[in-house]
Amino acid sequence: MTAAPTTTATNTAAPALMAQPTIAAARPRPPKSGWGDIGKGLAFLSPWLVGFTVFTIVPIALSGYFSLCDYSLLDPPMPIGLDNYRALMKDQWFWNSMKVTAEYAILALPAGMLVSLGLALLLNRPIRGRAIYRTAIFLPTLVPVAATAMIWLWLFNTKLGLINYVLGKIGIPPVPWLTSPSVALPAMVFMSLWGVGYTVVIYLAGLQDVPAELYEAAELDGATGWRRLWHVTLPMISPVIFFNLIIAIIGVFRVFEIPLLMTNGGPARATQFIAMYVYDNAFLYVRMGYASAMAWIQLILVLILTGIAFWTSSRWVHYQGK
Amino acid sequence: MASNNANKSWLGTHVALLMICAGFIVPFAWMLSTSLKTSAEAMVFPPKIIPSPANWKTYQDVWHHPRFDFPLYARNTLVIAALAVAGTTISSALVAYGFSKVRFRGRGVLFGMMLSTMMIPFPVTMVSLFALYRWLDVHTPIQFLGTNKPLWLPACFGTAFNIFLLRQFFMTIPDELSEAARIDGCSDFGIFWRIVLPLSRPALSCVALFTFMGVWNDFLGPSVYLQHPEQYTLALGLSQLQGYRGAVTDWNLLMGASTLVIAPLIILFFLTQRTFIQGIATTGMK
Repeated sequence: MTAAPTTTATNTAAPALMAQPTIAAARPRPPKSGWGDIGKGLAFLSPWLVGFTVFTIVPIALSGYFSLCDYSLLDPPMPIGLDNYRALMKDQWFWNSMKVTAEYAILALPAGMLVSLGLALLLNRPIRGRAIYRTAIFLPTLVPVAATAMIWLWLFNTKLGLINYVLGKIGIPPVPWLTSPSVALPAMVFMSLWGVGYTVVIYLAGLQDVPAELYEAAELDGATGWRRLWHVTLPMISPVIFFNLIIAIIGVFRVFEIPLLMTNGGPARATQFIAMYVYDNAFLYVRMGYASAMAWIQLILVLILTGIAFWTSSRWVHYQGK
Repeated sequence: MASNNANKSWLGTHVALLMICAGFIVPFAWMLSTSLKTSAEAMVFPPKIIPSPANWKTYQDVWHHPRFDFPLYARNTLVIAALAVAGTTISSALVAYGFSKVRFRGRGVLFGMMLSTMMIPFPVTMVSLFALYRWLDVHTPIQFLGTNKPLWLPACFGTAFNIFLLRQFFMTIPDELSEAARIDGCSDFGIFWRIVLPLSRPALSCVALFTFMGVWNDFLGPSVYLQHPEQYTLALGLSQLQGYRGAVTDWNLLMGASTLVIAPLIILFFLTQRTFIQGIATTGMK
């Protein structure tokens, strides 16, 4: 394990030297120890090494420490063992925020996957004006999240909003989109679909890399339509699906601005996502220790979920030529 | 018969795409339409889809609103964006060179660690970073909280996503080029500066573009670190126009301000479309 990287490095360097003896003779590379160009490498990496330490390692370690403390910012942190975690287990609003986040994930992840993949498949057809369609779908992803919140707040407005106006035209009574606990979360899932453009572009790039021969071969074997999709397209773009799945899982734990600006977590905490509850505890109630404990639980959950995704990926993700 | 079928599916694709794209565009249209109404007209139901006469005064009102100072907020945003773009582009490129063109033990492990930092949920570092800045405020002469430093300083140490993007690009530059330069007596930094950077202009502009958009978009950072309205960025300022803690909202003003915040991004996108789309496509590949 430890020696492997160096041997491969020297192995790949060796043929190059042998192929060009004059070059090698002109300027022999100084013999390096097993560490390679470690000094030079670390020099180039130094900005990141410093930043990684200061802005990632130290804060994570600190928040781990804070999570074991009573900490209100004004007084120095006071170690209290696992009390924060114990209190969390009994905090109904913590469990509520976990439930909200999970429900959102269960609705938004598959919906986002299906819609973005479906759109990418449509856009991948050989038709005119693809660039225009693609641009229309991509534009919403440019909108800053604060503006997205404002626009949809207005679209969802119960009395004056465009959505209820259109629904009224076909005889559906006004829906209290953001003021009813049972509808607010699905409404946010729906509006999240407005931002699929980014994922669509990634899928499109993946689709364009599927070799045409595969489709021709499938056609010769009589596979068309859905079977071609299932047996050729999906396996071929499974690495891209996997990539987008990981991004989406991470994204769910980051949902924050939309509920903050649109509902402030309401109505009746129906949209109080976990990231929001952490934020409120940290900056509204100044319970930094408690917030840190929650953040750590979140970190562990992300690790477990992405771990599961990686672990199952060998069954359904096909890397070409590997 | 077959061509008839092909025609049908061709037509079906267009109809489906037209309807879907209309759905994606409607929110923009509704925003524009509302922004061209008066405050009273915006409250009329059923709504007038095309306001006549168009009330262009909304934009005048929202340009210098007591709660939303567009020129000031735009300047604040641009200052942060400029510092972040300059800082992250140079540092990320240096780091990416180390990850792609220098061979040393542990490179793969460090690269993996860097990628995994992208998974960390922001609350994990948010609380302790705030405490860290506060500690620095008390114990050093430099002030962090209530200034824009926390919004651009971390970018100057390289950003994982940008390093990844640039590294992928640098890998495609043949090593023969740098070897040739080395023979001519060029140092590693010289190779980086005179060969790799000039060849990587598309990737560098992509990084600059994404970073710029990221700063323009950021709401959480400014809301945590900025304390005075005269420091606000556009995204943060926009939320001040909304009466989300009780007051009545002037929808025409809010939509006008949203339009002003979005428009520069849309223009920028149309000017740089190719860089943009290619950059995103690269991120999905490994």
